[in-house]
Amino acid sequence: MKCKKCGQKAAVNMPQHHLGLCREHFLEWVPEQTERFIKKYAMFTHQERVLVAVSGGKDSLSLWDILCRLGYQADGLYIALGIDGGVRYSAESQRLAEKFAAERGLTLHVVDVQAETGKTIPQWAETTLRGQQKPCAVCGMVKRHEMNRIARDLGYEVLATGHNLDDEAAVLFGNTLHWALDYLRRQGPVLRETSGLARKVKPLCRFYEREMTAYALLRGIEYIYEECPYAVGASSIRYKELLNQLEHDQPGAKLTFYLQFLEARQQGLFGAEAQPEAALHPCPRCGQPTSAPGLCSYCRMVTRAEDGE
Amino acid sequence: MVKLILRQQEFEVRPGMALVDALKKVNILPETIIATRNGEVITEDEILQDGDVVKLVAVISGG
Repeated sequence: MKCKKCGQKAAVNMPQHHLGLCREHFLEWVPEQTERFIKKYAMFTHQERVLVAVSGGKDSLSLWDILCRLGYQADGLYIALGIDGGVRYSAESQRLAEKFAAERGLTLHVVDVQAETGKTIPQWAETTLRGQQKPCAVCGMVKRHEMNRIARDLGYEVLATGHNLDDEAAVLFGNTLHWALDYLRRQGPVLRETSGLARKVKPLCRFYEREMTAYALLRGIEYIYEECPYAVGASSIRYKELLNQLEHDQPGAKLTFYLQFLEARQQGLFGAEAQPEAALHPCPRCGQPTSAPGLCSYCRMVTRAEDGE
Repeated sequence: MVKLILRQQEFEVRPGMALVDALKKVNILPETIIATRNGEVITEDEILQDGDVVKLVAVISGG
């Protein structure tokens, strides 16, 4: 296969775009496309400060790399979850995130969940109803809370995550199977800011996970290859496998599924777009918005532990 | 022979076939991996030579 731009040997084939590119042109194409998506979905401008949530994985480190190459004011946030799983998962991912930042002279904020709350994520999962089946629900809730807190406290206008198209298509698949209308109304490349909640953006939402892996490898980005020990058996991974089987038989199926969903949502298929502000109340303990009056779920969890329940 | 390595698994296939056919033989979807040979990323139409060691980098992550 030849590179469509220069005719040299291609390194990456993207059947959904009928496009093969060599290393050099692929590494140009990814930031160009990212810039196009940032503008198309009005994610942020060069004047705004962006906080990139980095996990040490390929997507978030690649996103940080791309935003810096594009000249955005992008700092990183690493949340230490205290997950070991026999592979020193959190320790190793933190080391890689710190190495990435140090080598490029970038600012990385580190939040240690155990230092903040007194327990690691696996410990919280053992002691809370929410985490009894799997720690993923507790983990997601704590990460959302901490990401928003740091963005707000440090004055970042935008919080960027490395979700790729496969992540988004898998979530969409799950939400569609359950006809989870509230989630379907909210899913998109941008979740607008409300009082107390930073704007959330997903600049990689139109890249396949395979492309982001190729980008990390071709850029020489060292990332954590081991899977989170708690991700084994996760339904999102099962959905990704199903969607990849479909993609194999029908190149472009994942992209079409996601883009046509965005189009349908914009046309009002799921009713009026969610107005998050209308249904939110400030948590009396932390001040972050929550859907029901009273403590937010994060503060409920922490105060129950403080009260010895 | 050609060796394909995916995480802790190793597969052997005959030389002379394209990577896409080798992946089919060992039941791996091309959509789920990026293949590298001698540290270089290669496409699925690459013809595999005797003695090649192809590292397959799994792309799926998340939970």
